[in-house]
Order: sequence, then structure tokens, then C-alpha cells
Amino acid sequence: MSATDVLVVADHRRGELRPVSYELLTVGRDLADAMGGDLHAAVVGGDVDRFAEKLDCEGVDAIHTVAEGDEFNHDVTVAAVTALFDTLDPGAVVMPNSVNGLDYAPAVATRLSLPLVTDAVAIDYDDGPTVTREMYGSKVETAIEVTSEPVALTIRGGEWAAAEGVGDADIEPFAVDIDESSIRSTVRGFEEVGAGDVDISEAEFIVSVGRGIEEEENLELIEELAGALDATLASSRPIVDSGWLPKNRQVGQSGKAVTPKVYLAIGISGAVQHVAGMKGADTIIAINTDPDAPIFDIADYGVVDDLFEVVPELIEQFE
Amino acid sequence: MKILVTVKEVAEVADDFEIEGRSIPETYLEYDLNEWDDYAVEAAVRIAEDREDEDVEVVAATIGPERSEETIRMALAKGVDRAVRVWDDALAEADVLDPTTTARILAAVAEEEAPDLVLSGVQAADDGFGATGVALADLLDMGWAAVVNDLELTDGDASVRRELEGGVEELTTVPCPAVLTIQTGINEPRYASLRGIRQAQRKELAVHTLADIGLDPSLVDDDLTLAGMAKPESESDATLFEGSAEETAAELATVLRDAGVGAE
Repeated sequence: MSATDVLVVADHRRGELRPVSYELLTVGRDLADAMGGDLHAAVVGGDVDRFAEKLDCEGVDAIHTVAEGDEFNHDVTVAAVTALFDTLDPGAVVMPNSVNGLDYAPAVATRLSLPLVTDAVAIDYDDGPTVTREMYGSKVETAIEVTSEPVALTIRGGEWAAAEGVGDADIEPFAVDIDESSIRSTVRGFEEVGAGDVDISEAEFIVSVGRGIEEEENLELIEELAGALDATLASSRPIVDSGWLPKNRQVGQSGKAVTPKVYLAIGISGAVQHVAGMKGADTIIAINTDPDAPIFDIADYGVVDDLFEVVPELIEQFE
Repeated sequence: MKILVTVKEVAEVADDFEIEGRSIPETYLEYDLNEWDDYAVEAAVRIAEDREDEDVEVVAATIGPERSEETIRMALAKGVDRAVRVWDDALAEADVLDPTTTARILAAVAEEEAPDLVLSGVQAADDGFGATGVALADLLDMGWAAVVNDLELTDGDASVRRELEGGVEELTTVPCPAVLTIQTGINEPRYASLRGIRQAQRKELAVHTLADIGLDPSLVDDDLTLAGMAKPESESDATLFEGSAEETAAELATVLRDAGVGAE
């Protein structure tokens, strides 16, 4: 084991590895190649043997299974990852920038006194890692040079290809001596939210509204459009946060993923969390005043104009 | 009971802006209270209001230059009792701050304050590291929960909902003192009233250097360097319709009809 090795930590929930786990293997392999070391993967909790088999993709050298608990618990994960790190002594530990990643990665970094760069969208390596990440709501891309190793990183899901193929990694259980008193948080269960009258994930045509609507009373206009188009009304996060629409209408990472034939995004800037939930639409149409809004990067058709000008005209077209 | 809320003044970038070297000129920046922290402030103030019979003090802690006092006064106007601001020449010179360094500074404030609960926004709208709260909890040896969108305090425990991906929430209990990172949507942040704004001017806003809170400024010489800053390259290959609203709407209607919308 050496400081040229890379350790990645898989993400799972309710019996399934999450897609970012396979992306972590790709990141880890690239980084390990650049550093000249091996790729180690870890999976903590749940059905670790089954997870390990799935994680045994091409390019993975070793998989460490920590059979502690059925579900993610950050106290257990921090204890397991730091213990593994101490044993393996790698040059980098790479974790997901998922909700669970955000719940343990910073503690791993503080406990091991590692520099931490989160939400990486690209990682270059030349004498040390340089991490590309976004600032100011994706308006700016920054390159962060890490001048000290080892380093802790978290990666944004969906930015790397998933690892494939079948590898021949050594799969080994890793025993962690977890002090019961260090387990402070208790997970009591899970709940699906957003059940209700409408399932937007089943909708064929979606009219979706964002911050650009400005006021709650303006929502009526969009409802009218959805009615005229016989489409389902959905929204981005701020509308739900404001309580203007129920949670079951929210499209995005923390809301629902949708795959309609048409997704009409009105006054939606296209934050990465939103895009994660709707990029699978066949046709994406955007109306936004800001020509640089990221929504236009994924739109098939667009109008750069005031929604309050365009939407009434569009309603007229269908009446 | 004492609640510490970590708040940050964040820069917002104008729609049209330029990058000069590795920074954005001030003319393109506007400053505001970080959206996530606004929800954390509201959560803290509501706890204090709900426990009228108990003496609940809400203290805001921030790292920022003198300019940021305007933003911190907004938190005070919304019901925070007093604030602590940390600033230092060493911080002014840093172009990027490792989130664990930020957490170490806030931890020094928290150790002084000895709060029963710490609330922190999930992330900051500018640098978006999303790591300060959990790093702070670990440094303080407290329990924590990240991305909390519902909170109930009972018998020394915080019962929370954590907003996971895909419309799933996790129900978790963590004993206090704890650090909770607060997600938007947990409540509806109030506007500062005129009366609140007036009162805020008289509330205590203590300013400390790193040395004042027992930290060595060399702490800031950390391991991260801002090596470059750029506008992301647009990958747009969208067909953009131009013209009057009537014209663009007609074009959109054609696209929509071709995709089957409005077909009976």
C-alpha cells in the first residue's frame, strides 16, 4: 500500500448501489493511473458481499467490505473510512457529493486532517490534483490546486462515465472496531414524499415553472398554459420551497426524475440539481430572459424573452 | 438554551459579468445573506419564539469583512440576539478557503459560546462547498445531521428529516448538542420588519481577529490554491427562435404540435 493509491467509497441506499458508485470507480481509476498506484474501493453497510461483486469492474484492484449495519449511518461510515484510510495510507480518498456524502465526507477530512475539495466536476493530476468545480450557481468554473497530499475529494454525480466490465479485484472484509458511544445518530426509517394526486414522473407533456415566475399569483398563467396544452404542471425547487406548489410537483435531484416527450421549462435557469431530474426528456424547450442560463445548454429549442410576453401568446396559439 | 447559527454573506454574480484574472470585479457582484443560512436563521428564531417560557438566546457567527456587517444586521433584524464576526488580514489574503479551515474558525467561536444547538446552511451560494456544518460538528465532537428539511426538538434530541435524492426523506434522531445543516424549504424565512431593522442597530456585533479567538493566522495558509477561473463554455446547440413574442410563440406552437402536444 502506498500514498499513490486511491480509495473510493461507494454509495448505496435501500439495498441498491447508487449510480455515482460506478462513476467513483472511473474517477478513482483515472486518478490512480495518474498517481501510479492501485484503486481500492470500499463499501460500508448493507449487503456488502453483493455490492462488492457489482463493484468488481475493470480496473478495480481491491474491494474492502465493512459489514456494519443495514443502511447508511454517517458515524459508522466515518469510523470505517478513517480506519481504512489509516490502514491503506492512500494518496486520495474520493467520496460522492451525494446527500449522504455531504453527511460524512467533511468529517472524514477533519478527522484525518486532509484538505477537502467537494463537488468536483473534473480532476486533473500533475504533481498533485487540480480540481475543477463550479461557483456562483454554475456561472463560474474554478480550478483548485491542492498543494498537499493526501487529499479528500467528493465528486458530482453524472459527470463521469460509469465503470464497466468485470474485474478481478481482491474482495476482503475489513473489520472496524466501532466504539458504540461514537454512534450518535439513529436512522429511524425512510419516507417517500410527494405522493399525491399527480405523478409527474408518468407525464407525457410537462410544463415546468421556476423562479422567473416571481410571484405566486403569476402561477395562474402557467396553469392556464398547462391546461391549454393538456400538459402536467411541474416546477423547480424554489417554487416548492415557497410553498406555491406541493412537493410532488418538484423536478430534480431531490424531487422526481421525469422523462416526458416534451419538457417546457419556463423561467427556469437550469441549476444542475434541476437538470438531473429532467434531462431525460425527449424534447426540451426553454423560455428564459437570460441567454446564458444553463437551461439553454440542454434545451433543443428556446426563446430568450420575457415569459410574461411569450406565455400569453402561446396560450392563444392553443385556444 | 443557546443556539448558534453560522451565517455567511455571499456574492451574487450579475447575468452579464467579466472575469479578470482569477476574480470577478466588484462591479459585477452583489452581496446578500446566503439563502440556506436565511432558512437556518428562521429555524433558530422560531425555536426561540416557540419557547417563550425558556430563555433562548440565538447567536449568529460569521466570517467576513466589515462590509458583511450589513448582511449580519439583517439576521439580527430577523430576531437573532447578537452576532460575532471574525475577520483577519490573513483571511482577506486567502483566495480560497478550505472548508475545514472555515470550520476550525467557527469551532473556535462555538467553543467560546458553548451552544446547545448549532444551525448552519447546507451550503453557501457562492463557493458551494457544502461541508462547513459537518466539519464543524466533528471538530466540536458533536452529533450532526446534514440536509435537514424538518426539525423537532424533544427531550434533548433533535428529530430531523434529511432530504435525500429522488423524493425520499430519511428520519433520523441525533442527541443535542448537535450541528444541523439546514436545507431551503424547511420554513418560510420572514422579512425583516422596520422595527426589527431599527432594533438590530442596537444589538451587539462583536468583531474578533483570529488571535482574539485563540487561533494562529497561519491556519489560513492552507492547502488549496485558486489556479484559475473561467466562464463555463456554453454547450448550447438549441434552436433559438427570435422575433416578437407573437412570432416566437407561433414557432414554439409548431414544435409543440409536431411533438404531439394538443393533438386530440
